[in-house]
Amino acid sequence: MTDAALIWSYLTQGPLLWLTATLIAYWLGDSFFRAMGRQSWANPVLCAVILLACVLGLTGTSYQTYFEGAQFVHFMLGPATVALGMPLYDNLRRVRRAALPLVAALVAGSVTAVVSALAIGKAFGLGVVMLASLAPKSTTAPVAIGIAEGLGGEPTITAVLVLVTGIIGAIIATPLLNALGIRDWRARGFSLGVAAHGIGTARAFQVNETAGAFAGIGMGLNAVLTSVIAPLALYWFG
Amino acid sequence: MIPAIAIILVFQLTGEVAARGLGLVLPGPVLGLLLLVLACALRPRLAEMLRPVVTAILGHLSLFFVPAGVGVVAHLGQFRSDGLAVVLALTVSTALAIAAGALAFRAVARWTGGAEE
Repeated sequence: MTDAALIWSYLTQGPLLWLTATLIAYWLGDSFFRAMGRQSWANPVLCAVILLACVLGLTGTSYQTYFEGAQFVHFMLGPATVALGMPLYDNLRRVRRAALPLVAALVAGSVTAVVSALAIGKAFGLGVVMLASLAPKSTTAPVAIGIAEGLGGEPTITAVLVLVTGIIGAIIATPLLNALGIRDWRARGFSLGVAAHGIGTARAFQVNETAGAFAGIGMGLNAVLTSVIAPLALYWFG
Repeated sequence: MIPAIAIILVFQLTGEVAARGLGLVLPGPVLGLLLLVLACALRPRLAEMLRPVVTAILGHLSLFFVPAGVGVVAHLGQFRSDGLAVVLALTVSTALAIAAGALAFRAVARWTGGAEE
């Protein structure tokens, strides 16, 4: 008994235990996602978060202790944001060819995403921190977390709101766009990428290759535009 | 592999220094993203050198926000009180954003007469 307690107290002091747990939880979540045929609701991050939250609760571990191990994974958000430039570079020619429709759709989608979320949140009496965490919810997670931090939001809340937004977008996009009679795959993919980032992009790729490529472009451009719009909109609503 | 990782970190570092030094609203990594696009456009060979590492990073993009996501356990109380408003804001705003983007694209594409792909 004493030995087990000693080993446990040793492990809780270093980053090894929770770093390992984070990778295993994601691995299990990803396996579940594949086993479910890549359905949007079986999102691997959501599964991993629920698993880890249960383990932390059962072992009585604080988030602070957990984060000491998990911070190495968290750090990768920055380089991952930089890496998102590559798909954008790869598609520069297609972007140039459809430049005007893309700019119009980007501005319309991006402004609507930020302003309507803030307006509804404000109408239902959400606090300042919650609004700041909500503003970048349509942006890809690494950028959204950076924006929320800069606005005085709570990055951990933003991470969850971003995830849920992606799942909602992936589920409603096809019926919604059909109802609107939008047949152009570029428009369908791009608007989904702007509104629902990587999860929406993954969904777009499942449906059509062109839609997927344009969703990726939408996600990248929206990351840049929301960085500018979110502080302005929040200032306006604040 | 190491030079590619170093170059990506240098883009991020330059972005952070520029964002803080010039007081820009753009987060440092987003400036790094723009720097990467610009650098690759100027030197296509750089893109090929970075590609294996970039592909590896982007292939596991969702792993990186697990730690921040787990932080929600610290805010469960807040979700209990704000839950309904948040879910409503997310659902309605996401639907509006998809519709606005797609309709704007179609309207301008018709107006400029660009061919579909």
